[in-house]
Amino acid sequence: MPYVGGFIATAAGPVPLVSTTLSWRDRLGAIGARSGWFRSNYKVIPGLYGVGRPGPEAPVLVTANYKLSFDALRRELAGIDAWILVVDTRGINVWCAAGKKTFSTDEVAYQVKSTRLAEIVRHRDLILPQLAAVGVAAARLHQACGFNGTFGPIRAEDLPAYLDRKRQADEAMRTVTFRAGERAVLIPVEICLLWKPFLAATIILVLISGIGPDIYSLSAAGVRGMRAITASLLAVLAGAVLTPLLLPWIPGRQFWLKGALIGAATGLAALPATTRAADLPAASALVLWTTCVASYLAMNFTGSTPYTSLSGVGLEMRRGLVFQLGGAALALGLWLWSAFA
Amino acid sequence: MKDFRYIDGAAILRLDRETCIGCGICVTVCPHRIFRLETKKAAIVDPDGCMECGACATNCPVGAIYVNPDDGCGCAALIINRWLSRLTGKSVSDCNC
Repeated sequence: MPYVGGFIATAAGPVPLVSTTLSWRDRLGAIGARSGWFRSNYKVIPGLYGVGRPGPEAPVLVTANYKLSFDALRRELAGIDAWILVVDTRGINVWCAAGKKTFSTDEVAYQVKSTRLAEIVRHRDLILPQLAAVGVAAARLHQACGFNGTFGPIRAEDLPAYLDRKRQADEAMRTVTFRAGERAVLIPVEICLLWKPFLAATIILVLISGIGPDIYSLSAAGVRGMRAITASLLAVLAGAVLTPLLLPWIPGRQFWLKGALIGAATGLAALPATTRAADLPAASALVLWTTCVASYLAMNFTGSTPYTSLSGVGLEMRRGLVFQLGGAALALGLWLWSAFA
Repeated sequence: MKDFRYIDGAAILRLDRETCIGCGICVTVCPHRIFRLETKKAAIVDPDGCMECGACATNCPVGAIYVNPDDGCGCAALIINRWLSRLTGKSVSDCNC
């Protein structure tokens, strides 16, 4: 494995040591995962690793085997001697894996035993990421593997301070955040997962754009089809880029509504450029299409936020889907009609 | 999370204060800080801040907390897949999360 830079001898055999600085390979990998290119297969081999020169008293930090999680942890550990216990979460990050119960009490206990951790360290403490608490019951760990679990901070960046302060996490370390940067890194994958439905929509839009007074016109399919595709691109911009970025400032709490507002605003703002011959039915159809598709994309972004409850998403979807399906049908109808108007 | 609020009254979260032993693990693990210890028992101080992650319920040693047990990341794609599977009777295909 390229991130392993040597081994340290322990009572249970050699343990791989990893660097606390990320290489160009790690950074390229992060881009690949963040863009969705190989996000579902970006894994670290589960087991025990070391950073610095860890001894029998060094703390044991537990993490998931998604490479981005592993990298986020080790790059914060410069100058710290510690063990990293990587559990098998099928390459999924800490929080999602805990939600899916692959980051579980039993899995942590299994890795503790299979790495023979008890022979390597003298203490019996594991520091777990706080977000693993969804899947790991710390109090059950002792019975399951003889180690006690303590929940450390949410973010790896707070670990040095946490370790310095005799393992005390303050309120800020225990509170999940959703800052502009944290929202921005989610955008590429939101867009890249869209190419299939986008391609399907493009084909349908081009096909129906040719229908008109001449029964079917290839030139209309080209010209009007381009406008419809532009309206779809504007919807992606509004729903998958602007909505995440501007999230705290968009009025409303329900995402379908936030997306519809931004979609309508984006569609209207771009209208002079998209329809030069501005006939009302065609323009309304395009703005409505952008509004509805942006509304759906924004609604789907709930799955990437750290504060939307599943009950709430189900609730807003009952309203959002009616709006989106009704609006999209109306937009397509208007679009067809506008060819004859 | 005070700067992001979702739909009020939506989250399903119940705490049985009779059963609670006041260990405080729910206060520790909640990523939205909605619990507090009051008179040696846990109390929900911000119910609308709950996102149903379930960390409190998983860690409560006496089972005093109930959270909507439907797991999943809460994205629209997964919920639509579930609704469709209920209609067609097929098993749920996962989302991309």
